[in-house]
Amino acid sequence: MKTLKIEELSKNFGTTEVLRKINLEIDEGNFLVLLGPSGCGKSTLLNIIAGLETINEGNVFIDDYNVSKVEPKDRNIAMVFQSYALYPSMNVMENMIFGLKQAKTSKEKIAEQLEKVSTFLQVDKLLERKPSQLSGGQRQRVAIGRALVREPRIFLFDEPLSNLDAKLRVEMRREIKKLHQQLKTTVVYVTHDQTEAMSLGTKIAIMNHGVIQQNETPENIYNKPSNTFVADFIGSPSMNLIRGRLIKNSNNISFLADDSSLEVPINNYDFKENSDLNNKEIYFGIRPEHIYFKKLNEDDFDINLRADLSEYIGHEQIVTLDYSNQEILAKFPSTIKIELEKEIKLYFDLAHISLFDLKTKERI
Amino acid sequence: MQDNLQSFSYKKLEQKSKYTNMFLRWFLYFVLILFASYFIFPLYVMVVTSLKTMEEIRQGTLLTWPSSLNFDSWLVAWGGRGYGAGDTFLRPYFWNSIKMVVPAVFFSTFIGAMTGYVLTKWRFKGDQWVFLFLLFGCFIPFQAILLPMARTLGTLGISNSVVGLVLVHTVYGIPFTTLFFRNYYISVPTELVKAARIDGAGFFKIFFKILLPISAPIIVVTVIWQFTQIWNDFLFGSTFSFGEAAPIQVALNNMVLSSTSIKEYNVDMASAIIAGIPTLIVYVLAGKYFIRGLTSGAVKG
Repeated sequence: MKTLKIEELSKNFGTTEVLRKINLEIDEGNFLVLLGPSGCGKSTLLNIIAGLETINEGNVFIDDYNVSKVEPKDRNIAMVFQSYALYPSMNVMENMIFGLKQAKTSKEKIAEQLEKVSTFLQVDKLLERKPSQLSGGQRQRVAIGRALVREPRIFLFDEPLSNLDAKLRVEMRREIKKLHQQLKTTVVYVTHDQTEAMSLGTKIAIMNHGVIQQNETPENIYNKPSNTFVADFIGSPSMNLIRGRLIKNSNNISFLADDSSLEVPINNYDFKENSDLNNKEIYFGIRPEHIYFKKLNEDDFDINLRADLSEYIGHEQIVTLDYSNQEILAKFPSTIKIELEKEIKLYFDLAHISLFDLKTKERI
Repeated sequence: MQDNLQSFSYKKLEQKSKYTNMFLRWFLYFVLILFASYFIFPLYVMVVTSLKTMEEIRQGTLLTWPSSLNFDSWLVAWGGRGYGAGDTFLRPYFWNSIKMVVPAVFFSTFIGAMTGYVLTKWRFKGDQWVFLFLLFGCFIPFQAILLPMARTLGTLGISNSVVGLVLVHTVYGIPFTTLFFRNYYISVPTELVKAARIDGAGFFKIFFKILLPISAPIIVVTVIWQFTQIWNDFLFGSTFSFGEAAPIQVALNNMVLSSTSIKEYNVDMASAIIAGIPTLIVYVLAGKYFIRGLTSGAVKG
């Protein structure tokens, strides 16, 4: 039984296609993050799961029960919004029990739930306050509390941290993670922040233009991006994509960048398909953090590159390098002194590369 | 040497700008007082005249202070002289107006709030057209709807009645009240409605429990606007009602323009003030509750 299953779901606003043939499954207790740039349809998808938006095609199942036409309140879900959406005229207690009262829950049960959740979230001292008298973090907690008291099957979070300042955001992120660890609830979480996605999710679904690009564990998303969009979207700075082609002869396969004569051997790369590789035009993807200043592994490939620019950002520096007229970035500890306008010897960690077809932009 | 010279010229400049500033300030106050008196002048004349006897009015000038506080003309304006035919006084018409203005303000405000709520929080296909047509209603001149409205009232059998006037003012007020509420609710985050829907609240519950409690500022604005409009209306009142059913503004007109006797300026002035007092009261009372930013901070940080 899947806690949440989405089948062939499509959604249009008039003639604009917002979601196209979305398929998604979540197991009990999982934390799924919908990640993507603004306008990719992630919030619409969340609203559809909540029942706040209608569906054009496809179905949504919660616990194998088709809820596509079911009212939001009957879907056994709870949602936390970006603006918290606390009812301004009600105090914290009324806010938290509003849903239970609507559902005609008994007084004893309401009191019990309120007590439990408000102590758990440490808002039990704030019950009489109005939302306007709370700080950002407290509002966030109350909003989460309002979702918790209803003991829903699925929690939906719509960019809940983007209104907080940087410091509080990191704190609340940790609290949400803790919450999930303790309660083992099923969560669908929308964000455009990759750090949030990486640190919170047990699964990440990366979306672009209404299509899910990749839906896997954070590790796989980071290490094995399924196309150039994912490769470019995840990581800061994002993955270097060097244009070039493959050269294959009897046993060896290597990469040759445009305008370059240096062949990079990639015999250990795990190709999805082995046929027709010779002369294939590709992007050679390597993350800035996988270019080293010192040889770390046996297989690291040494290469001489000219450093053009160095950006100091505290614990590290980002160095712009020239790879036969293509600009690539590398990340080094800031303790290393880089001489600009000079060739330096660097090492490519070939165990962490990704190759993409130049035409389809898909991983090969 | 250089320093001395410079500090000297600075001192001079400072002195000069001080005088300029002082002059400008006095000039500003002079202009303000001038305008204030210009606007207060008619009211002063009204109040003073209403307190004089006819004797005094004939002998003195407009501005002369009354010799004694004499409220006789106010009593006459309100309750009449006590003899039968031809004695027009404001009391019954004042109550007509109250009976007209209270329901009309209530219904138009309530319907406007509902419509504004639907147009912003329950968007439907073509809702912007509905809003456009409603806006259009704001720009239709009163005179243009007189005839069709007269027919409608006749057909409904409520012409020349307070009920008819309530209907006219409610209908005519809806475009304005809708505009007010729509513009207010558009700034209330729709996420509030979404949250309430997930919590299981329905259409009316969301309106009464979530939105109305935070609508106080706009309700006050709407009530002031509608009350003033309806209370001060003369055209609809004079067209759709006469005699017993007339509202106070029509009665005031009849009273002042009645050519049966000599012009009693003191009574006329007292009547005009009486007819204007309720709007004044509404401003003073409601203005107190005109607090901005009731929702500020409740929604975003």
